[in-house]
Amino acid sequence: MADRATLEEAVRLQGERVRGLKQQKAGAELIEEEVAKLLKLKAQLGPDEGKQKFVLKTPKGTRDYNPRQMAVREKVFDVIISCFKRHGAEVIDTPVFELKETLTGKYGEDSKLIYDLKDQGGELLALRYDLTVPFARYLAMNKLTNIKRYHIAKVYRRDNPAMTRGRYREFYQCDFDIAGQFDPMIPDAECLKIICEILSALQLGDFVIKVNDRRILDGMFNVCGVPDSKFRTICSSVDKLDKMSWENVKNEMVEEKGLASEVADHIGAYVKQHGGVSLVEQLLQDSKLSQNKQALEGLGDLKLLFEYLTLFGIAEKASEEKLRTTETQVLVAAAQKKLLEERLKLVAELWDRGIKAELLYKKNPKLLTQLQYCEETGIPLVAIIGEQELKDGVIKLRCVASREEVDIRKENLVEEIRKRTSQYPATIC
Amino acid sequence: MAIREKILNAVINCFKRHGAKGIDTPVFELKEVLTEKYGEESRLIYDLKDQGGELLALRYDLTVPFARYLAMNKIKKMKRYHVGKDFDIAGQFDPMIPDAECLKIIHEILNTLQLGDFLIKVNDRRVLDGMFAVCGVPDNKFRFICASVDKLGKMSWKDVRQEMIGKMGVTPDVADQIGDYIQQCGGVSLVEQLLQDPKLSQNKQALEGLGDLKLLFEYLTLFGIAEKISFDLSLARGLDYYTGVIYEAVLLQSPAQQGEEALGVGSVAAGGRYDGLVGMFDPKGRKVPCVGLSIGVERIFSIVEQRMEVGPLFRKIQATETQVLVATAQKNFLRERMKLIAELWDAGIRAEMLYKKNPSFLNQLHYCEETGIPLVAIIGEQELKDGVIKLRSVASREEVDIKREDIITEIQRRMSES
Repeated sequence: MADRATLEEAVRLQGERVRGLKQQKAGAELIEEEVAKLLKLKAQLGPDEGKQKFVLKTPKGTRDYNPRQMAVREKVFDVIISCFKRHGAEVIDTPVFELKETLTGKYGEDSKLIYDLKDQGGELLALRYDLTVPFARYLAMNKLTNIKRYHIAKVYRRDNPAMTRGRYREFYQCDFDIAGQFDPMIPDAECLKIICEILSALQLGDFVIKVNDRRILDGMFNVCGVPDSKFRTICSSVDKLDKMSWENVKNEMVEEKGLASEVADHIGAYVKQHGGVSLVEQLLQDSKLSQNKQALEGLGDLKLLFEYLTLFGIAEKASEEKLRTTETQVLVAAAQKKLLEERLKLVAELWDRGIKAELLYKKNPKLLTQLQYCEETGIPLVAIIGEQELKDGVIKLRCVASREEVDIRKENLVEEIRKRTSQYPATIC
Repeated sequence: MAIREKILNAVINCFKRHGAKGIDTPVFELKEVLTEKYGEESRLIYDLKDQGGELLALRYDLTVPFARYLAMNKIKKMKRYHVGKDFDIAGQFDPMIPDAECLKIIHEILNTLQLGDFLIKVNDRRVLDGMFAVCGVPDNKFRFICASVDKLGKMSWKDVRQEMIGKMGVTPDVADQIGDYIQQCGGVSLVEQLLQDPKLSQNKQALEGLGDLKLLFEYLTLFGIAEKISFDLSLARGLDYYTGVIYEAVLLQSPAQQGEEALGVGSVAAGGRYDGLVGMFDPKGRKVPCVGLSIGVERIFSIVEQRMEVGPLFRKIQATETQVLVATAQKNFLRERMKLIAELWDAGIRAEMLYKKNPSFLNQLHYCEETGIPLVAIIGEQELKDGVIKLRSVASREEVDIKREDIITEIQRRMSES
């Protein structure tokens, strides 16, 4: 209602005025006056509007990453990035928002899931929906004709999030693309090689990579009798075969999308097939498909692709590590009181020599507390300063896992720490 | 991007060396989270369009989201870094040790990045407020006068003084008193001097701030960085949430760096203590004291990029890390190239090949020169028969035959030596 809206606006403005005065530390009387006005306005709105509701949370479909999650993320990205680099890709970055016109008309049905920015008087903007359209914009803007690039960044979709299944509104995409005119199927084969390398290195278990070709699909629809105008929509039905049974997919095609039943059956006969290069050979001989120019092109390329994939092969690797959220190598500790100065000096020396070190922010921490801190956070070594050790010119180096301690001469400490932490897996003790 | 990556890596390595954990937060927050935290600067916030759901806005900095994260997870102590820019220590600890570590980190990073000589200015909000109080500035004008003082980096004292008198309405006498103080800077001796100052020593706030600064300088001396630190009374810092020590690092321009005049002198790192922010989020108002820093990575990128172009040390930056190109001088060797490159990839070597069935040898060599790839592994008919690969150094043009079974170790050996 108009009245209420005006009132609410008045409350908002008055609230801002009060906040502004408080921030400027204006005179107490003045503030009191304005607060009184504010309360009067709020009272007019109704009794339950008086309380300021505040919910402490992240926006729907988004989440914070705590250090443990960050450590997992970093490990995964390290594997992915070193693979991309191993294949000679450059990295780029683009802004998190684009001009709305850049994104318009690129996503079809999904356009309604784009996050728009509010019109605040300048350009109309929207958050990027993927990394591919920005990549195309980047290529066109810079007039590039070939590039091999990777781009790892968050993208934004106003989806219905199913967070338990890992679907969010803000999420990472790790894209690798090869742009340019090259001899056929070599870059395509490299992309598949990269997927294999990454999935193997991440040790997620056994996997299979499904391959097909748009031209084969279209050729297949054609020879089965699908009308041209229904190609894309039948395609999206077939796409659901990994989540729905064939009966349900057929039902959708026939009942919802008006496809003739025999046509659907013909499609069914084809789409149930999968195999290696022998299937490609077989389809090249298929009486119907071999009459279709598009399908032949697609099948020819797939045959070439399989040849290259055979030449590339796949390797396995294995490794195991305890998950830590920091990489700290040594805690600088003291066995007695009044050794803060010495701890500060030693930790600074270690930092200056590139050693990852910490100390507790207490002037006189207990030794036990310091040791427990190491156990909780996974720090493998402790450099213990003590009065006697100071006199003797040594530092006691303690291995947290084995509890063994040995006196190391101060000038050899950095060398000793490096030695112990450089082996992989770290054999600290 | 390669420059950016090197810089971010140097920064993150330093944060990790100090035992910080990484966290990440969404790019947008509920609008109510960001409201009322930034004062004047709120008008610079990007709002998202109201599309029927929650009202959202893009984050304005990383500090308010961090405070929200601490409150949401009821965390009392944490040492964290964010994205290679921000580093914060949250928690109640013995005074000034974490604050000293923050300054040590700024020092380490600026040294590692070799940006040239720099200075870290330090001040304290309580010293500033105490100073304004004893000079006779009315309470309600504190933040305005503070904002004026903050402009001393870009305006002369004369102009700042004029603004204080003309726009802020303080008397010339008050302005002059302020002027006497804020034109001072120095080391710990200035702290000692002010502790004896007849006016300031009567002000409780100023005394607290000065006491903490004195302790800070002790720790900075132990850390070995005190001579790069300057206690500067004109340092004010814009954001409202600082409650204690504040600092800002600036590069000191040498006459040789002409190209940078356009960029001007700006800060490359800054931060301070903000003890009240988490309490603003916590439903019970529970406070978690925090101190942190932010590295001005964008400014640093610009400086480094500019130096690479105008400096005498301009060198091509290799945008990829590729170590070897798999090539051939003859036709019909695509399959052998693919087999070899797969072996190299599987051994963890960074390798490329041209996406052509029969590329010209010259094109392959040119590609190496353009992109900075140092080695070429050449396959040929004679080499196949002899069971060798010709390994060529792009820089020296020297070629040597390496046994096929030794090629991987040979490449690894050469890469580790360079």
